[in-house]
Amino acid sequence: MTWFTRRLRRLAPQLAALAIILGIISLIAPGFLTISVQNGRLYGSLIDILVRAAPVALLTVGMTLVIATRGIDLSIGAVIAICGAVAATLITDGYPLPVVIAVSLGVGIVCGLWNGILVAVLDIQPIIATLILMVAGRGIAQLITEGVILTFNDDTFAALGSGALAGIPIPIYLWVGTALIIGLLMRRTALGFLIEATGINRRAASLAGVRARFLLFSAYAISGLCAAIAGMIVTADIRGADANNAGLWLELDAILAVVVGGTSLNGGRFSITASLIGALIIQSINTGILVSGFPPEFNLIIKAGIIIVVLTLQSPAIITLFGFIKASRRSDKLNHGTKEATR
Amino acid sequence: MIHARNLPFVTTLAIFIIAYGLCVLQFPNMLSTRVIGNLLTDNAFLGIAAVGMTFVILSGGIDLSVGSVIAFTSVFVAVMVGSFGVHPLTAFLAALVISTLFGCLMGAMIRYLMIPPFVVTLAGMFLARGAAYLVSTQSVPITHEFIDTMLGFYIRFPGGGRLTLLAMVMLIVFAVGIVVASRTRFGANVYAIGGNLQSAELMGVPVGATTIRIYALSGFLSGLAGIVYTLYTSSGYSLATVGVELDAIAAVVIGGTLLTGGVGLVAGTFIGILLQGLIQTYIVFDGTLSSWWTKIVIGILLFVFIVLQRTIIWYSDRRLAERQLKEV
Repeated sequence: MTWFTRRLRRLAPQLAALAIILGIISLIAPGFLTISVQNGRLYGSLIDILVRAAPVALLTVGMTLVIATRGIDLSIGAVIAICGAVAATLITDGYPLPVVIAVSLGVGIVCGLWNGILVAVLDIQPIIATLILMVAGRGIAQLITEGVILTFNDDTFAALGSGALAGIPIPIYLWVGTALIIGLLMRRTALGFLIEATGINRRAASLAGVRARFLLFSAYAISGLCAAIAGMIVTADIRGADANNAGLWLELDAILAVVVGGTSLNGGRFSITASLIGALIIQSINTGILVSGFPPEFNLIIKAGIIIVVLTLQSPAIITLFGFIKASRRSDKLNHGTKEATR
Repeated sequence: MIHARNLPFVTTLAIFIIAYGLCVLQFPNMLSTRVIGNLLTDNAFLGIAAVGMTFVILSGGIDLSVGSVIAFTSVFVAVMVGSFGVHPLTAFLAALVISTLFGCLMGAMIRYLMIPPFVVTLAGMFLARGAAYLVSTQSVPITHEFIDTMLGFYIRFPGGGRLTLLAMVMLIVFAVGIVVASRTRFGANVYAIGGNLQSAELMGVPVGATTIRIYALSGFLSGLAGIVYTLYTSSGYSLATVGVELDAIAAVVIGGTLLTGGVGLVAGTFIGILLQGLIQTYIVFDGTLSSWWTKIVIGILLFVFIVLQRTIIWYSDRRLAERQLKEV
């Protein structure tokens, strides 16, 4: 039971924020919370949030691990474009689906390993190391698609983005499944613990026998892998690879999701669940603004406003202030108590 | 003897001269003053924004809001002049005040709420872009006698090239930037904060005021870049200049400034801008290459310079260690 309450306390701010945002939207837009079944598939705004959140949620899983190692991965938006382009090219060339998926995932891992080499072997600051692929990646994707938006007509591959299994859309299975596998891998083995150690102090961790270099490599590789899955979902959803716009700025949304989820950009303790709730918060804001009937011009400014409020409430300065107030109150009580006792 | 710290700058300069030489060998026309004049004009807004970015990066921070602030300024000016009939100078002044205050606010959040610059300016990027959408989602054309006279003002080079007003503004900003970075107390403070925040604070550098000023300067220069962009395209569009901050960061890094802060030159950023402009010009001259090669080449250049910087730091660290070992 203590384990459960501790988890709940960790996730409480994020869950509260999500509940408040969903509550406000359902007040503005009646019918927001209704879920209906049509043609054997679930429909409704809530389902829509879960489906639309798939790319960001997948990126968030990888980004959480990278940020826990005290890194950051700016390249995943570009990796989405590259993997999407690879998948679309292979599909149009008539390769079977398993080959397409395997090659796309492989390309994502290679992109992640490239970042890993720069960060772990050459010791380059993560933000710059991944900037290289962020800048060059869309150019590479353009090279693969030869400068056009590559469209295809393959219903089995398109199902990855728009299909449904047992009434639940496939993208939901993909992101929940990936998050579960990676989450269990991190928390049921010592991997997550070792990644936290590396993030807090890489040198100390290395001296204590942690293979920090290997862990950095695997964090970036997982990030690349998640981006590859997201890339296939995005490509399958629009039945085409758009090298310029696929996954554009999604890395920023993923970073925000991790920060909103309460994982520090300085590395160390991480929670994939909290980050995923962060991703759902961001997607709820996006979908909520749409269904609330605000003019689309307001989208970004409302999103920015909410994010600034959340960030301010979570900022170290405010937390220190709260801690200070709490501590002074407790010492007041303590002083009071001793006075009573002496009397 | 070149100081190891200046080696990235010297390398950038050498690469630029060699690259330009190779381009001229292939296309002799690229030596004309016309090409040089156009190169300066086309990259004027990017150059101005990159000067602000240089100061931010020298202090160990980063500013992701640049492109959005440029877009906001251009839409704001276009709507003020086009729809409300305000005199361009008044509109410029208002835009600069807004963008500077915006920068101040981000600086204050970074300093007093202790949120990392990356996250604060990311939120700032969404906010500025959102504000631009609020002003107008259309592409707003801008026509005014005063703006026509401004655009008509240029110095003619021998050979037909023109040094336009926009290029002049960029050159002046670079000149002032170089002086401020190397010859003023503010510049010294920026280097000190970037070198080591804690040491700077203990030495009595006014960290709070300097941080706010750095982001205010970046906001101001982004606003100025926005005005130049408005004049350059004669319109304002809220979807324009997406990702300009990345080009600016790339120019700063290629120019030899360390992204960890504390080391770098404003003049290096100028060469970085020229190098990016040169790649684009070459692609235009060649005619068969697609524009996405620009991005790939910039990515390769970034990689080369980062590895070079890494090697220099590693080398100078080892020399320092050897010297200490000898003393022992």
